[in-house]
Amino acid sequence: MSGPPASGPGLSRLAVTSLALAQVRSHRKLSLEFDGRPVAIYGPNGAGKTNLLEAVSLLSPGRGLRRAAPEEIGRRAAGVGWRVVAEIDSLGHAHEVETGAEPGSPRTVRIDGKAAPQVALGRLARVVWLVPAMDRLWTEAAEGRRRFLDRMTMSFEPGHGDAVLAYEKAMRERNRLLKDEVRDPAWYGALEGRMAEAGARIAAHRAAALARVAAAQAGAATTFPAADLALTGPEGAEPAATESGLAEALAAGRVRDMAAGRTLAGPHRADLTAVYAAKGVPAAQCSTGEQKALLLSLVLANARALAQDFGAPPLLLLDEVAAHLDAGRRAALYDEVCALGAQAWLTGTGRELFAGLEGRAQFLSVTEAGGDSAVKEEA
Amino acid sequence: MSQIPPQVETLIDLMARLPGLGPRSARRVVLTLIQKRGKLMVPLAEAMAAVAREARECVQCGNIATATLCPICQSEKRATGQLCVVEDVADLWAMERGRAFSGRYHVLGGTLSALDSIGPEELGIPRLAERVRAEGITEVILALAATVDGQTTAHYIADALEGSGASVTSLAQGVPVGGELDYLDDGTITAALKARKAL
Repeated sequence: MSGPPASGPGLSRLAVTSLALAQVRSHRKLSLEFDGRPVAIYGPNGAGKTNLLEAVSLLSPGRGLRRAAPEEIGRRAAGVGWRVVAEIDSLGHAHEVETGAEPGSPRTVRIDGKAAPQVALGRLARVVWLVPAMDRLWTEAAEGRRRFLDRMTMSFEPGHGDAVLAYEKAMRERNRLLKDEVRDPAWYGALEGRMAEAGARIAAHRAAALARVAAAQAGAATTFPAADLALTGPEGAEPAATESGLAEALAAGRVRDMAAGRTLAGPHRADLTAVYAAKGVPAAQCSTGEQKALLLSLVLANARALAQDFGAPPLLLLDEVAAHLDAGRRAALYDEVCALGAQAWLTGTGRELFAGLEGRAQFLSVTEAGGDSAVKEEA
Repeated sequence: MSQIPPQVETLIDLMARLPGLGPRSARRVVLTLIQKRGKLMVPLAEAMAAVAREARECVQCGNIATATLCPICQSEKRATGQLCVVEDVADLWAMERGRAFSGRYHVLGGTLSALDSIGPEELGIPRLAERVRAEGITEVILALAATVDGQTTAHYIADALEGSGASVTSLAQGVPVGGELDYLDDGTITAALKARKAL
């Protein structure tokens, strides 16, 4: 594929310039090149469009947009492992990123030919996504909103993932003590110290991310509605955010937690609330279309903030994003994506959904036959 | 039907259970041993038999020894009043390679883990506290991993040794020798900043 780069000088660009897949879900073998413009992917349901987006999402730390274990990503029939190799233009530097997993082994990452931890991916690329599973984000359980917030936070601060892992590890240990009714204050104290340390980092990262998104929403030229975001604790209480405050809350809650058999205070119980700012209506009470528009607004604000923080807008993965948008909002979305200069990867069932991107994007059609996806570059 | 003789197959299976070796590398190791029978395999078998016969745990510190006490615990020169607590013998050997520590050791044999049912008793932490008091230890250096389990164990031991008269310290965490700040994660940078020292 060829064409002019969308975002001007390469120094402020983040783009996948080539993508090769081997045994990734329905894609047996695939090699594509890109010029940095948005990528519109269309085809019937089940053709393998989202699988392409998932492959790109694996260029960031974690389990990707489907939260899949490594063994779920490989083609079921093959059972030989899988591999994603991408060339990334990151702020004027070209890097080769290779990630994959052998059967029964964890995901590995190589950057420019050298083995690297997953967190190192965050130094090269930031990836933000919106998938249909998030449509019910504002009405479902708090866990989904925490995950959304933590992913947004991780896009600003890749080290946030380590803090979350450390916190959860210590909490699992504490929960086992609670379940086994172990009464050793020193053991609890040692674990609560680790939880408080990691929990304070989590709280600080989350607060900073919310502040960045709020600043990016303020005064932005966008047709999407702004959301007022806030973080609350269980029953709407203000969550403890300092290391000493968390340690005290955990120590004070031991008897209650032992009765419950699990930890009832801490950042793992926080909830993200959103209010449709212009109307003053909580997101959960908005229409389906408004809820989707709020999510898109947050994802775009996240991208604008990252453009300043990271130096380039992130890779934006928008799966079936047109589903709940009328033609006017679709056109507005495409204009904003192009103005931002982000390499957005969008999927939809037909090319007509991307009419507003004609001449401004690369187009791929995806079809499926006998369990194998075929991807064709379209003019 | 396998073309490998059963005795060789048994050896490959045993080798594949070793850390760092899988079935393929175990086959390569065994083939090399057979090809170098006189120079490698026989001396190796003899060395393994000798270690299996003589190696034991030092009753005082948990190090690998060939007598009741390991050479470090036997040496009066190592009775400096400093006691370094490590997770396992490999960590003890790593400390000895650095040649920076001249005191004695205490090997825990693991770290606290409620999920794996490893508690203070299993690690012999009460025995460690007794040892600190009995030997008049003045400083206990906790050289444990900077993981959640390692640091939980370190804090537990520090609590258990309160009032023992010994000061409790831990290894510094931060910028590795030859490391560049730009490549460090935020947790390491925070730890390094907390542990900064005057020049």
